[in-house]
Amino acid sequence: MAQIDRRDFIKIMGLGATATAVSGLMSKQLVAGSNVQTRPKGFYSLPVKGGVKKGNVRILHLTDVHGQLNPVYFREPNVNLGVGDAYNRPPHVVGKKLLKAMGLKENTPESYVYTYLNFEKDSKRYGKTGGFPQIKTLLDSLRAEAGGRQNTLTIDGGDLWQGSGTALWTRGVDMVEASNILGVDVMVGHWEFTYKENEVLSNVALFKGDFIGQNVRVKEDSLMSDTYATFVEKYDGSGLYDEDSGHAFRPYVIKEVNGARICIIGQAFPRTGNANPQEFFPDWSFGLREEDMKELVAQIKEDEKPDAIVLLSHNGMDVDIKMAERVPGLNAVFGGHTHDGMPKPVKVKNVDGHTCLVTNAGSNGKYIGVMDFDIQKGKLNSIDYHMLPIISNWLKPDPEMSAYIKQMRSQKYTKDIVESRRKDAFYNPKRLGKSFEEILSEKLAIADRNLYRRGNFMGTWDQIICNALREEYGADVAMSAGVRWGTTTLKGDWITMEDVMTQCALTYGETYVSEMTGKDLMSVLEGVADNLFDPDPYLQSGGDMVRVGGMDYSIDPSQKIYFRITDAKLDNGHVIEPNTRYKVAGWATVNRTPKGRLIWDVVRDYILRNKDTDNILYLPKINHPTLINVNHNPGIADYPGKSS
Amino acid sequence: MAKNSIKIRAKLKGDVVTVKALIKHPMETGLRKNKKTGKMIPAHFIQNIMCENNGKSVMNAEWGASVSKNPYLSFKFKGSNKGDTFKLTWTDNTGKTESNEVKIK
Amino acid sequence: MLDRRNFLKSSMGAGAVAIAASCGILTPISVSAAWNKAAFEAKTMDVSGATASDAIKIKAPDIAENGAVVPVTISTTIADAESISIYTEKNGTPLTAVFNFGDMTEAYASTRIKMGKTSNVVAVVNAAGKQYKAHKEVKVTIGGCGG
Repeated sequence: MAQIDRRDFIKIMGLGATATAVSGLMSKQLVAGSNVQTRPKGFYSLPVKGGVKKGNVRILHLTDVHGQLNPVYFREPNVNLGVGDAYNRPPHVVGKKLLKAMGLKENTPESYVYTYLNFEKDSKRYGKTGGFPQIKTLLDSLRAEAGGRQNTLTIDGGDLWQGSGTALWTRGVDMVEASNILGVDVMVGHWEFTYKENEVLSNVALFKGDFIGQNVRVKEDSLMSDTYATFVEKYDGSGLYDEDSGHAFRPYVIKEVNGARICIIGQAFPRTGNANPQEFFPDWSFGLREEDMKELVAQIKEDEKPDAIVLLSHNGMDVDIKMAERVPGLNAVFGGHTHDGMPKPVKVKNVDGHTCLVTNAGSNGKYIGVMDFDIQKGKLNSIDYHMLPIISNWLKPDPEMSAYIKQMRSQKYTKDIVESRRKDAFYNPKRLGKSFEEILSEKLAIADRNLYRRGNFMGTWDQIICNALREEYGADVAMSAGVRWGTTTLKGDWITMEDVMTQCALTYGETYVSEMTGKDLMSVLEGVADNLFDPDPYLQSGGDMVRVGGMDYSIDPSQKIYFRITDAKLDNGHVIEPNTRYKVAGWATVNRTPKGRLIWDVVRDYILRNKDTDNILYLPKINHPTLINVNHNPGIADYPGKSS
Repeated sequence: MAKNSIKIRAKLKGDVVTVKALIKHPMETGLRKNKKTGKMIPAHFIQNIMCENNGKSVMNAEWGASVSKNPYLSFKFKGSNKGDTFKLTWTDNTGKTESNEVKIK
Repeated sequence: MLDRRNFLKSSMGAGAVAIAASCGILTPISVSAAWNKAAFEAKTMDVSGATASDAIKIKAPDIAENGAVVPVTISTTIADAESISIYTEKNGTPLTAVFNFGDMTEAYASTRIKMGKTSNVVAVVNAAGKQYKAHKEVKVTIGGCGG
């Protein structure tokens, strides 16, 4: 949004939403077919235990929505290996073992939403999940059951503003506005920071709740420069919460709810500065900052005397568990980042011997975490946690939210769009004049299988991206980051431009091709594998293995760095030699802006070129790496490649 | 006159002064090649820092070339009052020296 | 207020020990300070003469956001701490910085250091003729995208 005034933009969108809300109420039909499951009675009913009284506080948590305003399919992983202490500990338990660990049964709505089991069948029976109109309806009902909104807090764990075409084209504004309609009170960030600092601060200003984070700090250079102080003045000082401590944002908030004092501490993704381009946030530094967290909790207890302290975190679940152990004083952690839909919390005993509940509310709007606190006379009597899946057909869409989304998507793609770091690619002339809806609903091809990304290793959607990159550049090998966002396209369904954007939309989507020696290629793979399989959660990134197309390899996660990857060879059988140079294509580089086309255009054109006369896109080969030493691990089941 | 290479903030809170200083300096290790010419860039880094409060030394430091470019330094001392003059002086391996002073706030 | 003469004397006192462990020290040559060339150019780190101590706190990131600029803050509750030396173990010349304190100065120093690769940051504190040490590993890594 370089030229047009962002505030005006919002006003236009907001106005439209109200106008439509009055007249057009969508009524959504259930998916046709005899197999369709109807909502069991009481599925969404969750009264406060013992009836609502003073001191009851309900916290409603969603996280990692990744720009998904409309319902989506999202297949949970069949590979989510735990190493070190995380071995066999949720979330590193998949499929039937996860159901068992959580006390759930197969062939239930729960097994559909929490596992990959019977996904093909169940996705037809239960339909899509998530969607802001449905979430709004459920939130309102959960609020009513708690005695009204004033007895509740709605919190978002970040990765809200990124992950869709519309989020990219509005620079996150569409999601800020949607979260305001939803009634989000507090949030933290990660991909939020992949817009430019001025856009982030403008979005924070538009957001009606509190944007917090104890571990987002203004760099010393910026603190000591007048330029930064002048810059943040335009946003009422947001971005420079405390000059002495260097906190860019408020580290925590105290909320008085139904007679109780609840403290919410914020934790942004600690590795934002490693995982995402620093050029977007030149003045800010992140990091885990555990020492600061300990000091902060102690200081809050002393100064604020809250009845409960909870952490709203984008650490990722393994890191949250370790932090909950080591930082005394936290009653609960509302976690995100690692996209683990965990119906039950992990009870962690901290260094002081107290219990802290660590939760994770998955991704893509698929679940709402509900935590009920009973606080009497300053004493925390009990905490109750439930997770409710959003099965979209089972919830009547909220008309205001539906109208807003419809209106927002009717916006036209103009020359003011910024969808690249590169000026020559800010906007795509071919999209000019079309509405977001028109662009995104373009049908490209029919999927020959379920297309998904989530899982420790290669996904079928990733294979399309890698194939597209290889074809674009005639490359031997293509690499695609192992991010965990990106939804699922069902076998037999049309792949739309919306699906492509959902897999690809970020603010640094430029592609590249470069020559790399086999040795360098291996060291990239080893480095990423170490981010995933270092036994110390504090040294993990919470992402998945980099996807590699055109090449097969074997990996033993139990080994140390530089000993995990073996037996790498190209699709043509050529063994990767350390000193041979290979043509490697990729996208989403963090430390430079390459010259290639944007990834979504590369993928779109590949799909259109490669579909057959029946419009089906066939994937001849999936580069599933061979996994060694994993079959004993409860974090893997039904692996489609070789494993031992 | 060229802008001073040293930025200092010295704040008194309770009885402790916290000093934060930022110095513009390349801190070249002597191990880096100039990408254009292929020649080694000679070592050029600050070796000594002297900090004085009203003329009396409170802290001094010796640095190697592993201190980052545009060095940052923070430390704390007692026994100072608002309005005292705090002075920081650096000397690098080429013998160049520069100083700046501020009043304690 | 700190007496400059005493300050220099006290650093010298610690100096004898410091040299043995190749810690940099302040040796007063006229008004300007000296630079311990031998210590700063040493290719290896020897802190074997120092006792490991929990009373030294090293604040540094677990993972560097930028290996060229790694913020490090050292503080200690050890009484009469006269100096703090910072080593970056895996750097070509490990000794990175030495901070010498006057007796009104807190045993606290914060700076930013360069790290070529994953390494221990080692802090050595001189106090009353003795040396204490602590270390923390900082990982220097490639990106690694997340969820």
